[in-house]
Amino acid sequence: MKGRSFLSTANLSSTELGELLSLAQDYCGINNNHKLLPLDLLRGKMIAPLFFEASTRTKVSFERAARNLGAELIDLQIGASSLIKGESVLETAKTLQAMAIDALVVRHASSGLPLFLAENLHIPVINAGDGWHEHPTQALLDLLTIFQEFGSFAGLNVLFMGDIRHSRVARSNLFAMQTMGISVRMAGPPTLVPPEMKALGAEIVADIDQAVAAADVVYLLRIQWERQQSGFVSSLSEYSQLYGMGEERLALMKDHAILLHPGPANVGVELSAAAYAWPRSRIEVQVNNGVAARMAVLHRLLAED
Amino acid sequence: MEQLIRGGTVLDPSQNINGRFDILVKNGQIAAIAAAIPATGCLVLDATDKIVIPGLIDLHTHLREPGGEAKETVETGGRAAAAGGFTGITALPNTNPVLDDPRKIAELLALADKAGHVRVWPVGALTKGSAGRELAELALMHRAGARAFTDDARGVADAFLARNAMLYCRALGVPFLEHCEDESLAGKGQLHEGVLAAKLGLPGITKSAETVMLARDLILAKETGCRLHIMHLSCQEGAEMICNAKAAGVSVTAEVTPHHLLLTEEAVDGYNTNAKMKPPLRTAEDTAALCLALADGTIDAVATDHAPHTESEKTGDFSSAPFGIVGLETAFPLLYTHLVRTGRLSLMQLVESMSTRPAAILGVPGGTLRPGAAADLTIINTTTEWVIDRHAFLSKGKNSPFHGWTVYGVPALTMVGGRIVMKNSRIG
Repeated sequence: MKGRSFLSTANLSSTELGELLSLAQDYCGINNNHKLLPLDLLRGKMIAPLFFEASTRTKVSFERAARNLGAELIDLQIGASSLIKGESVLETAKTLQAMAIDALVVRHASSGLPLFLAENLHIPVINAGDGWHEHPTQALLDLLTIFQEFGSFAGLNVLFMGDIRHSRVARSNLFAMQTMGISVRMAGPPTLVPPEMKALGAEIVADIDQAVAAADVVYLLRIQWERQQSGFVSSLSEYSQLYGMGEERLALMKDHAILLHPGPANVGVELSAAAYAWPRSRIEVQVNNGVAARMAVLHRLLAED
Repeated sequence: MEQLIRGGTVLDPSQNINGRFDILVKNGQIAAIAAAIPATGCLVLDATDKIVIPGLIDLHTHLREPGGEAKETVETGGRAAAAGGFTGITALPNTNPVLDDPRKIAELLALADKAGHVRVWPVGALTKGSAGRELAELALMHRAGARAFTDDARGVADAFLARNAMLYCRALGVPFLEHCEDESLAGKGQLHEGVLAAKLGLPGITKSAETVMLARDLILAKETGCRLHIMHLSCQEGAEMICNAKAAGVSVTAEVTPHHLLLTEEAVDGYNTNAKMKPPLRTAEDTAALCLALADGTIDAVATDHAPHTESEKTGDFSSAPFGIVGLETAFPLLYTHLVRTGRLSLMQLVESMSTRPAAILGVPGGTLRPGAAADLTIINTTTEWVIDRHAFLSKGKNSPFHGWTVYGVPALTMVGGRIVMKNSRIG
């Protein structure tokens, strides 16, 4: 993977994913032992995060990962403006490339924008979330969390619940999970679950309680307030009652099953406070794993042999 | 000066001619078609091993002038048309300013006169500024030379206004050209609402965004008696509705573009902005159905929806790129290669749908090689192959998804009113 861009999970083989996960697992240990940090694996490398959309955890997680590996960060004060279009982003990116920046980490509201940059640059571009399209490092950290819990992937049953249509997390996970032999199911409001997800490999389920009871992992997605204004859902209250994780539904889950959420969670909407604090919720583990997963990606892409 | 087009295979749907004939052109008109016309003192144009057809006519051309001269001008669009074998094209009104009054129609005609390559028929806007709020001066624009009306790039959302515009069009005897798109359904859609939209994480455009307005228009056309022409039909369901409406006696015609016949949503994969247009490319079932509908006459015409944009506009992220692709220089060879050579459409049907029927829909002369008609004709080389090179287009627009395709049936000569406006520009 060295020198390549990291844009999507759709084109990653199970071997590549496996190697990244094993590396990430190694970094989990080091990462939580600050005495060992920073490593000097990426000493002298410069990484520029270009975040055109608001982000706390992903941005900080990437920065932490880069510093842990000894890389330096160029902090561009670009502000969160999704109005900046592909062509001007490319201009900025080319300037950075000309200054011998080693990699870009890009988040933007326009699906496909990181691919467009990668096609026009020779330095690696890492997709930190593009529109509704993909968020591949999120899928990696989710797989890591699941692996830590179950020790393998084959035969596991993951249920995604909520706003599938607008979710880059669901897409990246769908592609990666299928590659690793996980069965993916999806459920949510009829307006927010595109039937075409079936053609992409997911099973769309109507009976949510039954699906929750059968799942090894229930993955709740964030619902945004704007979906109500734009006519996709009638109210967040209705959404919460029908598609949220409350106490009753929580009780249906298998003993060994876990709960995931990409964050930031709307407590009281897609899950109750009790669900968030539930002993088998792994939401905070995900955040912690994010740094290790991103270290693995930066390592694979940028480390000298 | 007399010209003799000798030795070609002549196809003329208007006279049901298909065979080896010579054509004598005199004073800009077709003087005679016969088996062997002696060349006495006339310029001989050898058409041996080539086919001679009535000049192609495009019902759907965006020339971008005024206001979009970086994309195309009447002059460059005219040259591209001549290269593509077109002897007559339309000038769609979504310019800046919009062609929505008689003065602008006259100015457009003056530009076309000055350019002089092919015939240009202006199409006026249905509503002022194509804003969909007030009727434009349809009758005065018609008097100034507008041959049809449309708000293309968008549909007429207001049903009352659409109905009133249809009443005017009917009174003027001109077609109402509809770009069927319900904006509340299409929203910010970027491509067909299908598997690719789901995969790429982009908002889709459903077929209903097109068919909902189509259904309304068929009802209004039946009620008003207006000649309704449906632009760029993209889906199977639309073709079925038109078939049923024709059977019910509605005065409706329809066009389909080469790209909706040959490409599916798959062409968008990798966020290809040169496959981004409205209506969007749909599925393989749709291309198959549209092809059958063209062959059985449900769809009357092929139109290019030639929509040039600059390279810079089409370079960038998918959602920022404008809709539309160019088509004038590739339309005939693409369909000759992929529909005629594959046996899905006869050559006669292709010529009928790209020449004779468009002339009839627009109510303009052309589409025929009948003696006495203007000598608007195209000679096609069916044997030499051409690898489409978008960078070599005469159009300013290079935005084509067909770059690199190998095609046959390249126009070798275009004649407008006896004047040769293109000769061997492609194949030397």
